[in-house]
Amino acid sequence: MEPVAGIRHVAILRSSHAHARITSIDTSKAEALPGVHGVVTGVDIASVTNPIPSAIRVPIKFYPIAVDKVRYVGEPVAVIAAIDRYVAEDAMELIEIEYESLPPVADPVLALEEGASLLHDDVGSNQVHHRTFKYGDPDAAFASADKIVKLDWRYPRYSSTPMETYGVVANFERQPDRYTIWSNFQGPFILHALMTGALGVPGNRLRLITAPHSGGSFGIKQAMFPYMVLLGACSKLLGCPLKWIEDRLEHLIGSSMAADRADKVEAAFSKDGELLGLRFDNIVNVGAFVRAPEPASVYRMHSASNGCYRVKNIFVENRLVVTNTTPIGLNRGYGGPQFYFALERVIEAGAKELGIDPAEIRRRNFIRADEFPYLAPAGATYDSGDYEAGLDQALDLAAYDDLKAAREKARAEGKLFGIGMAAGIEPSGSNMAYVTLAQTPEERAKAGGRSGGLGTATISVDPSGSVTVKTVSTPAGQGHQTVAAQVVADALGMRPDQIDVITEVDTLTSAWSLASGNYANRFSSVVIGTIAETAEKVAKKIKLIAAENLEVAPEDIELVGGEARVVGVPEQALPIRRVASQTHWHPAGLPEGMEPGLFETTIMNPPMLDAPDDQDRVGSAVTFGYVFDLAAVEIDRTTGEIEIVKYVSVHDVGNVLNGLVVEGQIYGGFAHGIAGALLEEFVYDAGANPQAGTFADYLCITAPEVPEVTVGHFNTPSPHNTLGAKGMGDGSSMLAPTAIANAAADALGTYEIELPLTLNKTWAKANGQEYHRAGATRAKVGEGPREAGAVEGGLTGEGSVELSAPPAVVWEMLLDPDALASVVPGCEKLEQVGEDSFTAEVVIGVAGIKGVYSAAIDLKDKIEPQSVRLVGKASGGLGFGEGEGRVTLEDLGNGKTKLSYSYRANVGGKVAAVGQRMLGTVTKLLIGQFFRGFERRLKSGGDDGGSSGNPGFFRRMFGGGS
Amino acid sequence: MLRIKPDQKQRVTVTVNGKAVSGYAEPRMLLTDFLRHELGMYGTHVGCEHGVCGACTAIIDGAATRSCLRYAVQCDGLEIQTVEGLADADGTLNTLQKAFNENGALQCGFCTAGILMSSTKFLQENPKPNDDEIRDMLSGHICRCTGYTQIVRAIRQASGQ
Repeated sequence: MEPVAGIRHVAILRSSHAHARITSIDTSKAEALPGVHGVVTGVDIASVTNPIPSAIRVPIKFYPIAVDKVRYVGEPVAVIAAIDRYVAEDAMELIEIEYESLPPVADPVLALEEGASLLHDDVGSNQVHHRTFKYGDPDAAFASADKIVKLDWRYPRYSSTPMETYGVVANFERQPDRYTIWSNFQGPFILHALMTGALGVPGNRLRLITAPHSGGSFGIKQAMFPYMVLLGACSKLLGCPLKWIEDRLEHLIGSSMAADRADKVEAAFSKDGELLGLRFDNIVNVGAFVRAPEPASVYRMHSASNGCYRVKNIFVENRLVVTNTTPIGLNRGYGGPQFYFALERVIEAGAKELGIDPAEIRRRNFIRADEFPYLAPAGATYDSGDYEAGLDQALDLAAYDDLKAAREKARAEGKLFGIGMAAGIEPSGSNMAYVTLAQTPEERAKAGGRSGGLGTATISVDPSGSVTVKTVSTPAGQGHQTVAAQVVADALGMRPDQIDVITEVDTLTSAWSLASGNYANRFSSVVIGTIAETAEKVAKKIKLIAAENLEVAPEDIELVGGEARVVGVPEQALPIRRVASQTHWHPAGLPEGMEPGLFETTIMNPPMLDAPDDQDRVGSAVTFGYVFDLAAVEIDRTTGEIEIVKYVSVHDVGNVLNGLVVEGQIYGGFAHGIAGALLEEFVYDAGANPQAGTFADYLCITAPEVPEVTVGHFNTPSPHNTLGAKGMGDGSSMLAPTAIANAAADALGTYEIELPLTLNKTWAKANGQEYHRAGATRAKVGEGPREAGAVEGGLTGEGSVELSAPPAVVWEMLLDPDALASVVPGCEKLEQVGEDSFTAEVVIGVAGIKGVYSAAIDLKDKIEPQSVRLVGKASGGLGFGEGEGRVTLEDLGNGKTKLSYSYRANVGGKVAAVGQRMLGTVTKLLIGQFFRGFERRLKSGGDDGGSSGNPGFFRRMFGGGS
Repeated sequence: MLRIKPDQKQRVTVTVNGKAVSGYAEPRMLLTDFLRHELGMYGTHVGCEHGVCGACTAIIDGAATRSCLRYAVQCDGLEIQTVEGLADADGTLNTLQKAFNENGALQCGFCTAGILMSSTKFLQENPKPNDDEIRDMLSGHICRCTGYTQIVRAIRQASGQ
């Protein structure tokens, strides 16, 4: 995509530190490289932009690039523009940055602890948002309950990782100052207002043009808007158009992810299973910044907190926490998977505790078919539904009784077999105002009213009579053109292939509004209805003209087969194209009072999208589809593998507009749900280093892992949409994680389930073992080096080696820089800089990533010639490490020494994100090389050249970047 | 052995979809970048640049190959088939492409080029595959939209089953 001449190509240098102050950036070497046009840093950007706000009023200054401090690995630090991307990346390696490390924290619960390292000093806490909500009388409901069930749960971070990454071309022009930005941004275009604010220009001076098709999005391409601001500002600073295509490594650490959560849920039941009350205690890890539209992820489901149930008494407590992780944002099902993990797991636990079948307990609590439209306690109006019918269909498709019999049989044979379900509504077509629930009613009143989610569409007929539909729905493969053409063709009596559908958004020429874009299942809930209404306007005008020409009443005209004809008299007809073109060719012949031309635009607001009231109730969405999922699993006790024996998914999407599109969305959503249940997670280690920086570490689901699913349909047409359609597409991405978790819980006889259910985790559960995630996000971090092996997570190891010299000789050589320099693999330079301090330069390669690292090592607690502790740090262009090791020497007699060592290290940066799987192996290899070199040198009396190769001992021990 | 300086561009001639074409590439230029930016053939997509996602798969000298793991200079003189070569010159889709279209086997279409190329080669070697074999072949590709079901159906249909 090169829409403008003279483009320079951009590479973005990103932080390899999770939390550090930037003490200096030297870009001179990079700028001097031939082919480099210029380098921009955070300080430059802060001089020409304003921080990007969110709905939360806290003093967080969010710029699209780090200014004085880095707060997550992957945060942009410098932008290089060059003649091509290769040169830009060469220049990236030449930028020298000094960091002063700060303690990192990746886990939201640890971030809330007293004394936790603060991300934003001005906020004074890592908790950046706290609100509570009460609907009905939850306290009374819990006081009167026969049974209260409570679950503590965690939800992992993952993302739908669209196959096409972010792409931005930005061009700044003067007189007047105007930014034009081409991108594959998906909206919502409410973010246009934030971008103009950041760039300090009026709306008409920021022209956004989106691609007609985007290569997958799933919400993730919402979060590219700060990069659009960044590229715009850089274009202004560097005076040329810029192009940036995100690479996959950047995408996996620096784009966006769904929130991980550390929540609690409580449900109050009567003894016969009536759900009396719910309490949600939500802790959302938003990452390093609150990037708009966050905190929306925890508010999207809020006004439907009762799920599919009649429960009236609900308490919700929401806390948002900042941590040294990538900021979160929209991802398929936005907030839904997490919400249902609470609700549908506690319902199922309640069923177990009360001895009621989980299908039956849902049936007893479902909103009944005759109760629609149903006003939910927190304000949503459910348009239509028959939840029990969906349940029955699912049980039928699953042959539920047979499945239960199979479970009994399997269990009798000692197998781990479980059945789980999940039911959910699918809110679609969002109210832009629901995010203002993050503000108190008083704050909202002060800020002025907010409501709505406008749909817009334009249909034009040109002088040749050809029809063009213009929608602002930024499709990413959801078939918008197909369905829009079909709907308009139906209304105008034409063939779909005669209708052109234009999906590019251009904010200077399109009819658009804040809600425009592709998210919240918006197309079939709002957009297509707007298109249908517009087509009706066009049809009406065509009928009026035809009626006058044919001398009949307009009601007697029908549009069929390309003709406007008189009902019942098909031979009395005019070609539609001719009638339509008359509005251009012969306006004087139009019916009296009719405007010439045929160009209709509709801008409509679904009336249920009102402002939040003073009780914090809001109609958050237009349509409410329904999904019921049922899973049966068998867990292999020996391997921990989960086999999905049966999966049934029943959907109510209202009227189906295009069967193939609907089916594709259902299968796609299902795959994302299974991926979240079994495979995909962005893990951060104890030092807040991302561990999944490649597709070899972040395990996207592939074809053999997707189980067979039986899909069922039933349709309750929506009264909230002209066509009776409901939004759909999230589907099982919201419910499969919970259905699988419930099935696994049933199989394993526990309520404690943590996703994704990887082999290790499931095996541990199946065999009564504790599961320790390597470098789990909840490992203690930020405490500085401790004794080897004392810290959970990171790289640890120990070993011993027998050396052919007495301890005194070994000791001397260990502390002799010249000797060490000759045996440390890859050592280019090793100098003693103080009594017990050394610096070194070492070349290390891990997983094909080779780089030069500078290290500083201090010796501590020396007991000559017995033991020494080594503490060190290393850093290079590709990563950094810090760690410590202990070496002890034992005299074995006969001139021999046993040297024992142990170490632990935290490694960060690209080398950790990309080479994580290799680190342990490479470390062992390098230690082996070191000691072989050491032994050779001892034997040769000190002059053996030693090995070549690599970092050695110190690096290894001290964390050297490999 | 041919020695090339790192910043010295080399003339690279390849046969793409039956036609000999030339361009210039530094030794480090990936084949994907060569195809797209030097030859202007944007059908080959770049999804990960580390050999996992399969989007950039092309058939190089008869083997389905990830073009992001090849340097352009390594391919001098080789025969490359890309997605642009599947349809007839007049744009008529071939059997496999038609089957993808009819089964909804693509949504955003980004991964599709690579999947079509792998499937083309696969069906030459295994003209009547079963679903497990198809899924096994597809395991070399990541598709985030479809959940794979409709892709499996399309390939089965294209195999005449």
